[in-house]
Amino acid sequence: MRDRGKTRVGPLVARAGASPHLDIDALLADRGTNIIVCCGSGGVGKTTTSAALALRAAEQGRKVVVLTIDPARRLAQSMGIERLDNTPRPVPGVADTGNGGALDAMMLDMKRTFDEVVESQASPEKAAQILANPFYVALSSSFAGTQEYMAMEKLGQLHADARSTGRWDLIVVDTPPSRSALDFLDAPERLSSFLDGRFIRLLLAPARGPAKLMSAGLGLVTNALTKVLGGQVLRELQTFVAALDTLFGGFRQRAQKTYQLLQARGTAFLVVAAPEPDALREAAYFVERLNEERMPLAGLVVNRASHAPGGSLSAERAVAAAERLDEDEAAATGTDGLTAGLLRLHADRTRIVARESRLRARFSTAHPDVPTAVVPALSTDVHDLDGLRLVGDLLSQDHDR
Amino acid sequence: MTSPTTEHDTDWGDVRLHVVTGKGGTGKSTVAAALALALASRGKTVLLCEVEDRQGIAQLFDVPPLPYEERRIAAGPNDGGDVYALAIEPESALLEYLSMYYRLGRAGKALDRFGVIDFATTIAPGVRDVLLTGKIYEAVQRNKRTKNAREYDAVVLDAPPTGRITQFLNVNSELAGLAKVGPIRTQADNVMGLLHSKRTAVHLVTVLEDMPVQETADGIDELRRQQLPVGGVVVNLARRAELGDEERDQAMAGELDRDAIEAELQRAGVKPTDTLVRGLLEEAREHAERRELEDEQRKRINALDVPTYELPRLPDGIDLGALYELAAELCKQGMA
Repeated sequence: MRDRGKTRVGPLVARAGASPHLDIDALLADRGTNIIVCCGSGGVGKTTTSAALALRAAEQGRKVVVLTIDPARRLAQSMGIERLDNTPRPVPGVADTGNGGALDAMMLDMKRTFDEVVESQASPEKAAQILANPFYVALSSSFAGTQEYMAMEKLGQLHADARSTGRWDLIVVDTPPSRSALDFLDAPERLSSFLDGRFIRLLLAPARGPAKLMSAGLGLVTNALTKVLGGQVLRELQTFVAALDTLFGGFRQRAQKTYQLLQARGTAFLVVAAPEPDALREAAYFVERLNEERMPLAGLVVNRASHAPGGSLSAERAVAAAERLDEDEAAATGTDGLTAGLLRLHADRTRIVARESRLRARFSTAHPDVPTAVVPALSTDVHDLDGLRLVGDLLSQDHDR
Repeated sequence: MTSPTTEHDTDWGDVRLHVVTGKGGTGKSTVAAALALALASRGKTVLLCEVEDRQGIAQLFDVPPLPYEERRIAAGPNDGGDVYALAIEPESALLEYLSMYYRLGRAGKALDRFGVIDFATTIAPGVRDVLLTGKIYEAVQRNKRTKNAREYDAVVLDAPPTGRITQFLNVNSELAGLAKVGPIRTQADNVMGLLHSKRTAVHLVTVLEDMPVQETADGIDELRRQQLPVGGVVVNLARRAELGDEERDQAMAGELDRDAIEAELQRAGVKPTDTLVRGLLEEAREHAERRELEDEQRKRINALDVPTYELPRLPDGIDLGALYELAAELCKQGMA
């Protein structure tokens, strides 16, 4: 498991060139697309991108539900999901799109999702016992990694719901803000390896009577654990694992089903990045990983790209001219360094744009087949439906041409 | 000689552990590295740690991937300070911990064989954080009597993002809740002791945008609620102030003096074509709009009432030279 993502997957030889254009509207219009997963490293605008896509799809006639993980407060308010109740609700202001489209939104409550799984799988007494166990409380509410499991779980639930009720024909999923975009994909497998692990079987051994596992090694391990954890902690852990044991089968099956769902044809992954080395590196890992897992990649969205400045004045000449104006105050006719300032802004902008296009070019050379949409940076924050519509428009335009 | 006795007027003189957090994408790793360099430039021996398994330090300093071992990655001239780096991996930390505190030997290997190490570090969430904070505690509390280990004047941690920081630092109190007595409880209490003391400062990195600033404010509230020591706010990627207030207003209203600009361009040897001048005016307008938003965010940050530092946006991105530049800026502003 740990060797994953260490092998670079790419064309091996390539010419530098531009990526094909990612046609967002075609993707949204394709009725075969049932699930869009937006993934990428933290801080690249995944939540905004997912919300903008969902809104655009709804206004084009799709029945959409968007699962967001951690939206900005004002954006959540404007979508009517600032209350965490773990249930999709219609987004106010998108009530009637006139073409059958609709938009529901929800924010993931990981603890509630986990509790609901337990409650749906175990008898009431057993569920109550599990929910009260200190290990369960810690696992479900505050430990890292749970969010990924639960996002997957919720996606599975929404999909089953969509299937049986026909309420939605498109699910847009935002993924948790982890450092590594791959965490989301690894969650189900981590869950499976947790369930199949020798350690779990070891903990369950006493509960299952005379264990076949019993050996010199086991005694050693139990003693070591008692020494490190203390007898009381070990007992509580055992109770917890034994209680969860009944749920394990169900857990595993669902995790595997969701994984298969992600490999199915109706799913489209959008990898979201910003024109920064770290974000593009993560995006590359993800693209390669999807390829290996045969998961359907729709394309790359590069958010926050700087606009190219007008004219053909190079950064070097702009800086030189600014210096000339600074030195020769006589040349600056009462504008108090304004023109020099403008020239320096121009130089900065030119250099930033050059750097970003270099980074994007490197990505597209290594991954020439990945369709790409570039979204220019906005000078204001997005926190309402109009902002989301604007992002949707920008997403669907071809800015490179 | 690595005596840090050249006392400067810095804001965090007594702090041994600098925790650097921030929303994803704000550049917290860059700031952590720059802070480590800044502290080292004062003659200190500094350890820079990362905990997220992504070799960010190696990339920033342009050195080969770091093993689980303290390696010197930067040294000052004239026997000045040094920066050592350590990428903490939970698996190695767990084995080290077991052999250090429990002398488990053969049993430790058996634990590995039974998948306990794997379970503890990758599957059982939370244990990771316990191990990571435990290792950091170990590095901070070393002193002259600690055998076979280097004593550090300061440890800088490139920490998990703001959304997870309180949970990360407080994981030991969860643990203390689970383990009421015993060696784990003692260890948990010790780590909590350090993290809640004046020897620790949690610095938050932000950029001047709505969401990161909101997250910083929320993060500070949360840290204070949990009695974790709030350090400073580092505003990263700030735009240069090229235009005065009046000019910014004019730029936004489209009232900049076009003729004067054209005349000046001419005098500076640049041909003032229509495209160029229109482009410059458009850039001025966007810059002014952005700056106005940034000023709003700056006001919110000032209202947080913690020491604030500001690092510029460098148009060519971050490389080793840029790190030195940012480190100098942190020294100048009194963070180190």
